[in-house]
Order: sequence, then structure tokens, then C-alpha cells
Amino acid sequence: MQSSDRLDLTFSALADPTRRAILARLATGEASVQELAEPFDMSQPAISKHLKVLERAGLISVDIDAQRRPRRLEPKRLEEAVDWIERYREIFEQNYQRLDALLEELQAKPPKKKRKKS
Amino acid sequence: MPIEVTQPSDREVRVVRTFKAPRQLVWDAHTKPELVTKWMLGPPGWDMPVCDMDVRVGGKYRWTWKSKEDGKQFGFFGTFTEVNAPAKLVHDEYYDPGDVGSSMPVGDPAIVSLELAEQNGVTTLVCTMKFASKEARDGAVATGMTNGMEMGYARLDDMFKQAA
Repeated sequence: MQSSDRLDLTFSALADPTRRAILARLATGEASVQELAEPFDMSQPAISKHLKVLERAGLISVDIDAQRRPRRLEPKRLEEAVDWIERYREIFEQNYQRLDALLEELQAKPPKKKRKKS
Repeated sequence: MPIEVTQPSDREVRVVRTFKAPRQLVWDAHTKPELVTKWMLGPPGWDMPVCDMDVRVGGKYRWTWKSKEDGKQFGFFGTFTEVNAPAKLVHDEYYDPGDVGSSMPVGDPAIVSLELAEQNGVTTLVCTMKFASKEARDGAVATGMTNGMEMGYARLDDMFKQAA
């Protein structure tokens, strides 16, 4: 799968408050379906549905060997997906704040006519 | 005005920002190496030891950033394809992974267009990056700006706090 398709899958999986809350819970440690269902006042099948979506997106994995089949967070995928557009914003904004300061500085002092070789 | 980042299409990212300065000055800050190296530095911890720019149609440029921490380098290079001072600058952009590595296809250039408009002494900058593919767009930032990893985790923490 292309990384952009994977991102699409991840984003749609994250676009649900219950699934985000499940991830938040798993960030504190692995948990069984039953343990995950408890705080959400949802049936286990309903939770299982959400877990399948998260699993397909690669955001969580299942330990099939263990009796209680605990789910655990796959932080790498989540990290990969964390709003790449936000990264553009941050990187550009860091640059542009420096540019703000530079432009202010350039306007504060009268332009020198000195020619600079470059 | 805060920075505005949008995706006009699958392959594009557009950044819009205003500056309290005349257009000519914003143009200079983008085209004179001695000014460019003062601000186009990315995340903290990076220097820009190479900034060669021959700003004319067909002229080349090369930018290299170097990590202060481990000395690793990466950069971009390309050719100016449209130069209309102080309003519009277009160049292609090849990624040079240096020794930082790449999650972005190397060899496919992005087309970067910078447009400046001035009104009442305020300059609006519109920077549009058109990548060779959607994948290249998604990979572009993850690559290079390596401490994006760290920033990603910091945001992850925020997301968890909100979700919890």
C-alpha cells in the first residue's frame, strides 16, 4: 500500500471520538476487548467493530497468542499519520517568524547603498 | 495573520501568510542569499551552510541544511523557471537526501511557486508546492525535518490528552 493510501486509512480511523479514546486508553498499556468496552458503555461487538477499523489502519495490533487477546497501540503508524499538514504549518511558521523579525530589522535601519559582492 | 496551510489538490500544499513589510523587501528576503540564510532555517538546531542562488530564468540554486547536533546534512536544489520581481518566483525543487535519508522519492521534482502581493504596506505571500505525487507530498515533510519525529510525538501527547 502506498503511504498516502495508508494515511487516508489512518485518518478515517482517527476521525471518530470513540476510536480516539480507545487509542488514548491503549497509550497507557495493552487492554482486552472487555476492558476497553467497560468505560465506553458500549457492547463488546460495537467496540470490536471500532477495533477492527483501528487494526486495519495499522494503529493497533492484537496479541493472538495470549488468552485474552489484548490490543496494543502501534505508535509508529500513529506517529506517521499525525497531521502532516500540521508539520508544514510548524516548519513554515518557525521560518516566517524569523522572517518577520528580519523584515522589521531591515525596515528599522535605512537601506545602505553599499554594494555587496556575493 | 496566522499562517494558513491548505491542500488545493492531492499533490499540492499551499501556504498563505502576510508580512508587515513592502513587497520588495519580502522579495529580497527570498532571493538574496545573505538574507535567506537568516530565516529559512527550519526547526531549531539547523544551520544553512550552503545557499547559492542565481535568481534568473534558467539560473540554479542549491540549499543545504546541517544539523548542529550530529552534523548531518540534507538539501534542495533546482532551477528557476519564472522570475518576475517582486511579484512571482517559480522554481523546481529536487530533494537531496544527503546523509539524513529519505521517505520521499528522490528524483521527482516539486514545483514551487511564490507569489507576493502588496496592499497598504502589507505583503501577502502565497507559496504553492506542487509535488510529483501524493506520496511525495505526504513524505516531503516527514523527511528532512527530522525533528518532526519529536514534534509528532509532542502532538500525539496533546491528542491523547484531548481524547482522554
